[in-house]
Amino acid sequence: MNAWRGFKEGQWTQSVNVRDFMSLNYTEYFGDSSFLQGPTEASMRLNQLFLGYLEEEKQKGGVIELDTDVVASITSHGPGYMDKSLEKIVGLQTDKPFKRAFHPYGGIAVAVKAAESYGYHVSEDLKHIFTEYRKTHNQGVFDVYNSDIRKARKSGIVTGLPDGYGRGRIIGDYRRVALYGIDFLIQQKKADKTTYSFPMNERNIRLREELQEQINALEDLKKLGMVYGFDLSRPAENATEAVQWLYFAYLAAVKEQNGAAMSLGRTASFLDIYIERDLQDGVLSEMDAQELIDHFIMKLRMVRFARTPEYNELFTGDPTWVTESLAGMNQDGRSWVTKNSYRYLQTLYNLGTSAEPNLTVLWSETLPQNFKNFCAKVSIDTSSIQYENDDQMRPNHTDDYGIACCVSPMTLGKEMQFFGARANLGKALLYAINGGKDEISGEQIGPKTEVLKADILDFDVVMKRFDEMIDWLAKTYVSALNIIHYMHDKYAYERIQMALHDAEVTRNFATGIAGLSVVADSLSAIKYAKVKPIYDEKGLITDFETTGEFPFYGNNDDRVDQLAVQIVERFMNKIRGQYTYRESVPTMSVLTITSNVVYGKKTGNTPDGRRKGEAFAPGANPMHGRDKSGALKSLMSVTKIPCESCQDGISNTFTLVPQALGKGSGIESADGFTYEGDIKVENLVNILDGYFTSGGYHLNVNIFNRDMLIDAYNHPEKYPNLTIRVSGYAVNFSNLTNEQKKEVISRTFHETI
Amino acid sequence: MKPSNESFLNVHSIETFGAFDGPGIRYVLFLQGCPFQCQYCHNRDTWSTRVNKMMSVEEIMNDYQKYKSFYKKGGITVSGGEPLLQMKGLIELFDRAKSEGIHTCLDTSAACFSVKASEDFKKLMELTDLVLLDIKHIDNDIHKKLTGSPNTQVLDFARFLDELSVKVIIRHVVVPTITDDPIHLQQMRSFLDTLSNVTAIEILPYHTKGIMKWKELGLIYPLPDIKEPSIESIEIAETILKRDYRFRT
Repeated sequence: MNAWRGFKEGQWTQSVNVRDFMSLNYTEYFGDSSFLQGPTEASMRLNQLFLGYLEEEKQKGGVIELDTDVVASITSHGPGYMDKSLEKIVGLQTDKPFKRAFHPYGGIAVAVKAAESYGYHVSEDLKHIFTEYRKTHNQGVFDVYNSDIRKARKSGIVTGLPDGYGRGRIIGDYRRVALYGIDFLIQQKKADKTTYSFPMNERNIRLREELQEQINALEDLKKLGMVYGFDLSRPAENATEAVQWLYFAYLAAVKEQNGAAMSLGRTASFLDIYIERDLQDGVLSEMDAQELIDHFIMKLRMVRFARTPEYNELFTGDPTWVTESLAGMNQDGRSWVTKNSYRYLQTLYNLGTSAEPNLTVLWSETLPQNFKNFCAKVSIDTSSIQYENDDQMRPNHTDDYGIACCVSPMTLGKEMQFFGARANLGKALLYAINGGKDEISGEQIGPKTEVLKADILDFDVVMKRFDEMIDWLAKTYVSALNIIHYMHDKYAYERIQMALHDAEVTRNFATGIAGLSVVADSLSAIKYAKVKPIYDEKGLITDFETTGEFPFYGNNDDRVDQLAVQIVERFMNKIRGQYTYRESVPTMSVLTITSNVVYGKKTGNTPDGRRKGEAFAPGANPMHGRDKSGALKSLMSVTKIPCESCQDGISNTFTLVPQALGKGSGIESADGFTYEGDIKVENLVNILDGYFTSGGYHLNVNIFNRDMLIDAYNHPEKYPNLTIRVSGYAVNFSNLTNEQKKEVISRTFHETI
Repeated sequence: MKPSNESFLNVHSIETFGAFDGPGIRYVLFLQGCPFQCQYCHNRDTWSTRVNKMMSVEEIMNDYQKYKSFYKKGGITVSGGEPLLQMKGLIELFDRAKSEGIHTCLDTSAACFSVKASEDFKKLMELTDLVLLDIKHIDNDIHKKLTGSPNTQVLDFARFLDELSVKVIIRHVVVPTITDDPIHLQQMRSFLDTLSNVTAIEILPYHTKGIMKWKELGLIYPLPDIKEPSIESIEIAETILKRDYRFRT
């Protein structure tokens, strides 16, 4: 076959196996970054257009245009371009750049609200159809919710349930379309379908229906290719086609699903094989290769969804989580680093820094030194990449996994997850002492018991009550998620993403917690100091008087760090005790993305001294300003959180002023960016090595100083492209709410010198 | 070495993320007590030799182990105060560190070096991979005024290290009107030219972040009117001290 010319054959030629193809055919790269090319004329002109749209979007209050007449699907819109003559890679979600589509399947009410909040009105016909004739996910869920769930949802002890919009966190293996072409994939799906013919029970009936949906979606993807003049039925034959085919597969997903996180997978080294072949054949230059990647990445930066302001407040900014996982190790001892891993990072220079795509480096100490140095340099220059511990992920998710959203690993094409919301453990602690009553509204939310009567809170008494309260919380939370995922499968099934999975997949049931450091510090206060509860006129405990010293989480002090460990293990055990939908495997994460601001807002005074409404620390981070013993001690506290109880991720955001990394060598690169031989680069590499070999799970690296952020707060216009990493995610600083900005500024900066 | 009869060190504080005192990321142990009384001291709280926090070598090494994965290209640095005041414990600590293959670095201004005790110093230097030697001033009279002590033992120590061929990084703090005189810098350069063990010369701009510590102790800062040096004066010092210097490689 022409498309596979020169490729080493293997299992992948008989059945779908992208990893096998990659392992047999990729070229590991050990060299440095000196081969990289800057942007071409066309890339710069396109990027100007792109920046123009960004500006227009901001001017118009967040949305340039919103479709109100067409229901989004893979084939719903005709072709759209920025400038057809310049674009090497084409394809838009709708027919115009930045025009947002209408996605009603997650919930008609939310979709209408999203449109209206930006001044658009969904056509009466569509509203009628999706209320009278076609039930949506949202309605299904609310038909089934019980009163406990409704109360928990309302009080905010469980926040962020995807019951009115797409759940996301499913990564199609988009590489399959480029490698095999759609006809081959359809053939495989048809063969799969025949294996579920008997017995015709509920499970098999559902699988058969889903497989047919997947086949239909693949057919639609072919049509999408035709709209732009490409024949996706066959495999890609060169690098340009490989990028284009892969992008169309991803585009189909973001055309049809407005998911909370629409991650890309692990595409760089896959595409490198095609680029390398074309380079060898002399039909592509390095300049061309970089241009292809620049144009592809630009498209990923343009993904937009219609969302409500509440949603944006919860998730901070307008995120799409187009997460791309780079590097990591091959199980045969080689790394997956290729020249294309560098090219993806190079886009941050060629197109400017950006929150999307969410570039994630799968770190291992054994990655090639040159690549590690380059990553550190890019971090110092752009603060736009995050890191995950590859050595920790590989044993559970093979060496071909991708990160969904911020930190959640899943084997590509073989694993998916049911995710949603977080349980607010800070609030659970307050419910425990208030007999299940909400500390803000006074309403009875949790199981009713007596309000704790005491002069000084007793640790054992509080712990016992807390344990009982999280029993109820786990039950309520998991029940809600079961309902949500049942309904999402039924009413808003991700047919194209699942078409790019095997027929049999492992499903993870990913729960999350918020407020870890607040609870750990509160329990520490109760245990090591004297905490006097203050009762309000209704007899509820709404404040505390704390006397004496107590250790804070984040200082490598086991007295309190072990409390954090205990909290995590306890809650995970409660989750394990629940029934989880569709034989899914229960997991948990300690990552609050950026919603720690919202969780804090909904939570009253806590015994650690945090005031009502004050933001929580993000993810597994220590509370702002409390990790006073320096950067390493803060990191070491976080590494103690046991990964066995947090298979879905533990996020940590690490902020440094550049000076803390050491005295620069004084040598500067010609381009004004950091020199790769700089001492700062070497030290950052050592921090990453040290953190991950100590058992760290994830690290965001922000390198800038507080003055610059305060200046950005006061003069947002001066920093339109300031990207910062916030707990597992990079956002554009100017898109944050003022509250979120303040929270970021107050977060600990490590500047010990 | 049995933990039961090992020495203790009087510790001022510990920085687990030291990026400035020796190569790589380092565990920096600041010891309590200093015989110099530098007017521009930025660690005024380390002068007193009263007991602050006694830590055994074992305790220090155990603490080091907690962070060792960060120190692969770094190691341990002992600073102060003046670490040479606690010779016995210091030798034991470095002995233990070297036996575990840890890079050792001593940050000193050699305030208490004495040729008479050179056996101890020799022993210590066998266990020391790198010395950061702070020469406060080349002129003996000004040195006395600035630190309360002469500089003879400092320069003796520099020569002593050269004889033993121990790697040294020379440090010099540029304090406007006190240590930035080009004539003195040229004298310092002449002295440095007699040494063959210098791997680097670090010019440290005087900073005022240490003033707070004097205030917290209820003390009057002796140099209230001195400003941080200009970039130009740093460049002048850089040129005089470093241009064409034959560094040991």
